[in-house]
Amino acid sequence: MSGPGQAAGVPGKGQVSHGARFALLAIVALALMVIDHRQDHLARVREILSLAVHPIRLVVDLPFRAWNSVSQALADNAELRTRKDELQYELLVAQIRLQEFGEIKRENERLRGLLNSIEEEQGFEVRVAEILSVDLENRQRFVINRGTADGVFVGQPLLDAAGIVGQVVAVSQLSAEAMLITDAEHALPVTIERTGDRTIAEGMGDNGLLELPYLTNTADIQPGDRLVTSGLGGVFPSGRPVAEITEVDLQPEKQFARVFARPLATLDRDQEVLLIWPTAAAEGQTTAGLTAPPAEPGAATDATGVAQ
Amino acid sequence: MRSPGQSHWFLPTASIVLALILSIVPLTDGLAPFRPDWVAMVLLYWSLIEPRRYGLFTAFWLGLVVDTLSGTLLGQHSLALLVIVYLSQRFHFRIRAFPASQVATVVIGLLAAYQFLLFWIDGAAGRDVALLDRIGPVLTGGALWLLVLVGVERGRKAAEARM
Repeated sequence: MSGPGQAAGVPGKGQVSHGARFALLAIVALALMVIDHRQDHLARVREILSLAVHPIRLVVDLPFRAWNSVSQALADNAELRTRKDELQYELLVAQIRLQEFGEIKRENERLRGLLNSIEEEQGFEVRVAEILSVDLENRQRFVINRGTADGVFVGQPLLDAAGIVGQVVAVSQLSAEAMLITDAEHALPVTIERTGDRTIAEGMGDNGLLELPYLTNTADIQPGDRLVTSGLGGVFPSGRPVAEITEVDLQPEKQFARVFARPLATLDRDQEVLLIWPTAAAEGQTTAGLTAPPAEPGAATDATGVAQ
Repeated sequence: MRSPGQSHWFLPTASIVLALILSIVPLTDGLAPFRPDWVAMVLLYWSLIEPRRYGLFTAFWLGLVVDTLSGTLLGQHSLALLVIVYLSQRFHFRIRAFPASQVATVVIGLLAAYQFLLFWIDGAAGRDVALLDRIGPVLTGGALWLLVLVGVERGRKAAEARM
């Protein structure tokens, strides 16, 4: 910044105060950025600002919402009936699965008891949130229509029917900002379902892609393997589907293989997501899943790969 | 009835609110990098027309609003807007004396500076942003400013011809 120093040499009184005002405001802006970058200190300020700009977001969202309800209202009777039949069928299937699941859960509890496991089985509460039709600068983030008024908290997991969607990163009273698991700043502790191996799945800033940078060339992994949450880090409940391995690229000359996966949740914007509240988790609010190192190993292997 | 006093604040406020709205209207992934810097352009316009009313403080507050709306670092857009408004106002008298095409050149330069600052801050904060996201807005913003310019020029010529 060359700004602050310039005021001195400018002739004329009005000019000087203009320069000084600029310097002062620029310093305030810089200070804000530094404080905000160190996370959480400005959460309250953001909360208030976010509430203040909420009307603008609603205005932008309104036409999209209106269009949705209009097209719903105009939907054909027959169309609705077939849709109802489909849903009824899906519900039936889901209920049958649920019965199966209850059985497995009891079995699981019994085995846990035998193992004296310290990991506690978590129950949770679920609520639907709608994604507002507004863009944030980072395309891997979005705004939902629930906030602290509904009990939303930072670090809260978001799911859809197919798997993990992301987590809440900032809240205000009536809305919250969330990041997808594919955000470049997101790292998610996962388990490979087939082998039980644990690793980290990192976002790359691309809707359809996750990278697993910490798997060695000898790791037992192959395309088609499913990843589920491991529950480590305490942000996400364990055992939820996350992604499916799409590509395993062995790098014999290096320590780590390049492994990519495709998220199972449908990570596009015009839909609803499920917010979950863990009810039994003791310390469910750590943000360990949030602040992992950026995907440097992958980038480093890239660079050296080109160099050789 | 529209008194001059009323239009003094109404048009700028309305255009700024519209710019804010346009800056968060959802675009497809392909179009998003080419979203013009509506807020920067509208603010530049008003700070050139009425520098006493729309200056550094407006830039600062508006920047905070943009930061909140777009989920960026608080102060990032404030600083970038402050710098371009400061530059445009320091050279205000000269800019006013320039022909419109040269003003457009300066404005495009300022828009580029604006994006560069945002890019630079993202880099300093360790946030990874594609370069196209930073070049696209300058291209479309510049093109838009030129289009408006041509329109205004034509309108003025037509008005002169009628007189």
